[in-house]
Amino acid sequence: MKALLVPAGGAAGFIALWWLAVLLRLADPVLLPSPLETFNDTAKSFTQGPLLHDLWRTVTRTVLSFLVACAIGVPLGLLLGAKENVYRAVEFVVDFFRSTPASALFPLFLILFGVGEGTKIAVAAFGAALVILFNAAYGVMNARRTRLLAARVMGASPLRVVFDVMLWEAMPQILVGMRSGVSLALVIVVVAEMFIGSTDGLGQRVIVAQSLFESGLMYGVIFVAGALGYLLNLTFLLLEKRFIHWAGK
Amino acid sequence: MSAISPREAALSVRGLRKAFGGVPVYDGFSLDVKRGDILAIFGPNGCGKSTLINMAAGLLPADGGEILFDGRIVDEVRIGYVFQNYREALFPWRRAAENIRYPLRRMGLKRAEIERRLEALAADFRVRFDLNAYPYSLSGGQQQLVSIMRALAVEPEVLFLDEPFSALDYETTLSLRTLLQQVLKARKTTTILVSHDLEESIVLADRILMLTRRPTLVADDIAVDLAWPREAATLSAPDFIAIKARCLDVFTRAVAGA
Ligand SMILES: Nc1ncnc2c1ncn2[C@@H]1O[C@H](COP(=O)(O)OP(=O)(O)OP(=O)(O)O)[C@@H](O)[C@H]1O
Ligand SMILES: [Mg+2]
Repeated sequence: MKALLVPAGGAAGFIALWWLAVLLRLADPVLLPSPLETFNDTAKSFTQGPLLHDLWRTVTRTVLSFLVACAIGVPLGLLLGAKENVYRAVEFVVDFFRSTPASALFPLFLILFGVGEGTKIAVAAFGAALVILFNAAYGVMNARRTRLLAARVMGASPLRVVFDVMLWEAMPQILVGMRSGVSLALVIVVVAEMFIGSTDGLGQRVIVAQSLFESGLMYGVIFVAGALGYLLNLTFLLLEKRFIHWAGK
Repeated sequence: MSAISPREAALSVRGLRKAFGGVPVYDGFSLDVKRGDILAIFGPNGCGKSTLINMAAGLLPADGGEILFDGRIVDEVRIGYVFQNYREALFPWRRAAENIRYPLRRMGLKRAEIERRLEALAADFRVRFDLNAYPYSLSGGQQQLVSIMRALAVEPEVLFLDEPFSALDYETTLSLRTLLQQVLKARKTTTILVSHDLEESIVLADRILMLTRRPTLVADDIAVDLAWPREAATLSAPDFIAIKARCLDVFTRAVAGA
């Protein structure tokens, strides 16, 4: 109970400060609407406007690019981790592109995939896949040698060793990679919705609200995007806790 | 030690060579292990005990020489291996029973046969804890017992044990030792036990191989003709004390003195 009360208190404090700033007229009301106004504008956009659809679009894009990233990052990471000398050879390239801001890649992906859904998903998937791949590879490289040997003595083929031992040994690290990957995918999707040929999505809604001086809605969409990111992160934390029951034991 | 005829040997090693970074550990090492025997290998730290059984178990390539199991190479025989560090050898994401079933599944056995073996092992080792628990929730002794059951489940032609009790307390070691000798003798499992404990080597073995420092040679090869089962009283029997004295003598001359 206390675990919930303390953060709730922090959030209430934040809203109180915000309200105070509005009452003291610290900023132009057009730029800083009150929390209540923000809430009303946002609720209205949810029920009568496009916000629910936008949220849905952003979630689907993020989930889709995350799934693509997993489908590429996990198997490739496992494979590279199992062949450590191959990983060492590609490590620099992985690290380099992992450190490259994904937004810098938009023009390139626009050429490759055109102005459509494909580009947004491809860039987000690319960024997330590298993070997942990197974590999966490290998870495998840090696998307990004894367990790999044990599986071999028990007659497991090399492929079985990958799926029965390496995958499980790397699982905690893979989930960490997935957690960072899904957050990164969300960031890239929202930016892509702002700037590359979109008509919907949270990113699009924020930028439209801003250009129409609907600042209440703009703040609301920012909070919705924040809540989405927070929930995605929380989901993976809970998954880690429940699923990786053996971690650290 | 009387000569072991080729037909009696479950394991024979001929002219084994192995070096790490140019420094030889084995340079022409030979050994025969009689079918059904328990052989204890006793030697100083770093003399190559683990290296020897890892090569025999196919976990480490030899530089030269030959290791045959009744004429076949390791890939063609069923072996069991118990690692010193049970925590890192069991699969913590599988329940204890699933750990034991794992090698049986790899052998492609029918479900009924797998369950029969699991139950037989649980009965043989008088398991009273819940085999559906995850390994990390079991005590160290229970975990090592699960490792031993997993290694024995395949009914191995040769069982390798690398210091299986060294991480356990004395009481646990004593009870596991007693159970293990009963099961190994009842099943007539050829066993190679690496041990740091002289008393344990004598109690569990039909034969003790004392190794020198590297390049490793056999300092002495001692038959342990004590009756089975060996119990608490065995430890104070005159035969036991005589063997122990001989081992200590060899050890001081060949190992500690060198
Ligand atoms: N992978 C390796 N690379 C280099 N040297 C090694 C390797 N494995 C073992 N050695 C060396 O070979 C020698 C024999 O090692 P081994 O582990 O077989 O000894 P051991 O008799 O089992 O010792 P302990 O009683 O400490 O377990 C040691 O000196 C060790 O340093
Ligand atoms: Mg050793």
